Amino acid sequence: MKPGLWHRMDVLARKLTPSMLTLALVIIYVLPLHIPGFSRVVPLLPLMAVYHWAVFRPQLLPAYAVFLIGLLQDILTGAPIGVNALVFLAVYGAVLSQKQFFIGKSFFILWLGFSLIVAGAAVFNWVAISLLSLTLVEPKTVFFQYLLTLGCFPITAWVFMRWQRAFLRQD
Amino acid sequence: MARGPRSVSRLAQPVRGLAQRFAFIGLVAAAFGLMILGKVDLILMDNLRAHVTDAVTPILDAISRPADSIARAVDQFRELAALRKENARLRINEARLLQWQAAARRLEAENANLKGLLNFVPGPEPSFITARVIADTGGAFAHSLILNAGTRDGVAKGQAAMTGQGLVGRVVGVGSRSARILLITDLNSRVPVLVGPNRTRAILAGNNTDNPKLIHLPSGETVAAGDRVVTSGHGGALPPELPVGVVSSVNDVGIGVAPLVQRNRLEYIRLLDFGLAGILTVPSSRPSASGKMKSVRGGRAGKP
Repeated sequence: MKPGLWHRMDVLARKLTPSMLTLALVIIYVLPLHIPGFSRVVPLLPLMAVYHWAVFRPQLLPAYAVFLIGLLQDILTGAPIGVNALVFLAVYGAVLSQKQFFIGKSFFILWLGFSLIVAGAAVFNWVAISLLSLTLVEPKTVFFQYLLTLGCFPITAWVFMRWQRAFLRQD
Repeated sequence: MARGPRSVSRLAQPVRGLAQRFAFIGLVAAAFGLMILGKVDLILMDNLRAHVTDAVTPILDAISRPADSIARAVDQFRELAALRKENARLRINEARLLQWQAAARRLEAENANLKGLLNFVPGPEPSFITARVIADTGGAFAHSLILNAGTRDGVAKGQAAMTGQGLVGRVVGVGSRSARILLITDLNSRVPVLVGPNRTRAILAGNNTDNPKLIHLPSGETVAAGDRVVTSGHGGALPPELPVGVVSSVNDVGIGVAPLVQRNRLEYIRLLDFGLAGILTVPSSRPSASGKMKSVRGGRAGKP
C-alpha cells in the first residue's frame, strides 16, 4: 500500500505545480525589485502562466484556480477587486476556445497568439480601470508594459516548457 | 476496477463538459459581481483586502529580504564605480550646506525668539513607525505599496507615509500585520498642498505616471517650475509642511510635479503618527490647545 500512497502523493504534487507556479508568479510580480522605473512596467508574469498552462495543460489549471489567482493579484496590487480575475478568465477562455488552433504549432505561432490575446487583455484592463475610476488612465504605460510582457514571454515559456517536460509528462 | 469507472466516465463526460462551461460562466459573472460590489461596498472589500494581505505578508516579507539585499549589493557596486566623482560632488555640496546650516541656525534662534514673544502653540510632534516595504504592487493601473506593519504596531488608516526626502503617500488599508500605502502618484490620490513662496493652495492629483499634476489652483495665482510643493494640512488628512516635490513643468497640459521620493529606492518607510502624538506630547493643556492646534494645522505650522 505504501508505494501506492507515495506514488499518488507524487502525482498530486506534480499536478498542483501549474497552479502553484502561477501563484508564485503573482508573488514575484509584486516584489519590490528596486530597479528604476521598472515597477511601473513590470511584465505581466501571471498572465503568461495562465496562457501557457491553458494551451498545454488546461486540466491542471482549472477555471476556478485562474479566478482565485486573479483575485489574489487584484488584492495584492490594489487594483479594483475582480478586474484581473476577469482578465485572467477571459485569456483562459479565449485560449480554450481556440484550442484546435494551438495544438502542435511552433513557438512563434504561440508567441503570436500570446501577443494578440494579451493585447486584448491589456485593452480590456485599460477600459475597465478607466471606467471604474471614471478617468482616462495614461495609455503609454500600459503600452510599455505590454511590450515588456511580450519580450519576456519566451523566457517564461522556456522555463515552463522545461518544467512541463521534466515533471508533467502526459502518459 | 477498470470497467465500472470507465463506463461512468463515458456517461459523465458530456455532463462534465456542460458543468464546466456553466462553472466558467459563473466565475466570469462572479468577477463582474465583485467589480460592482467593490464600487458599492468599500468597507467589505477593504476588509477582504486587509485579511488576504495579512495572510500573504509573511511570504512577501521573507522573499523580499533577499531581493532587497541583492538590490543593495548592486547599488554598492555602482557606488564604488562612481566613488571619485561622488566625493567631489559631496565636497562641493558640503561647503554649500555649511553655509545653509549657519543660516538655518540663525533663523532657528530668531524663530524661537519670535515664538516666545507671540506665545506660539507648537503643532504636535509626530511619532514614527518605521516599516519595511514588502511589495511594490506596480503595473500601469495602481500605485501602491504593502508594508510589514499593521494595527498591532500602531499603524492606522490615514497616516502619512514618508521617507527622509519627502511624502510617499498615505495609509489606505491596514490589517493586523500589514498596511497598504496609496502612493501620491496613484490615480486615486488627492493631496492638498501649498506651492511656492506665495503658498498658493492647490490639490496634487495622481495620474498613474511619475509626475502627478496640480489642480484646482485659485484663479490668478501663478506657479513656476522649481517651486517647492509641501502638504498644506487642509482637511486634516495629512500633517502640514511635509515636503512633497518640486514643480517640474508648467504648460498647457497642466502643472507637473516631480516627487522628491524615488519610488525604486523605497525600502523603509516612516509612518507619521500625528493624532496619537498630539495626545502624547501636548500635556494637560490639551483641551484648550486643541482648538488652536486645528487652526495651526489649517494654516501654517511653524514646526520643522
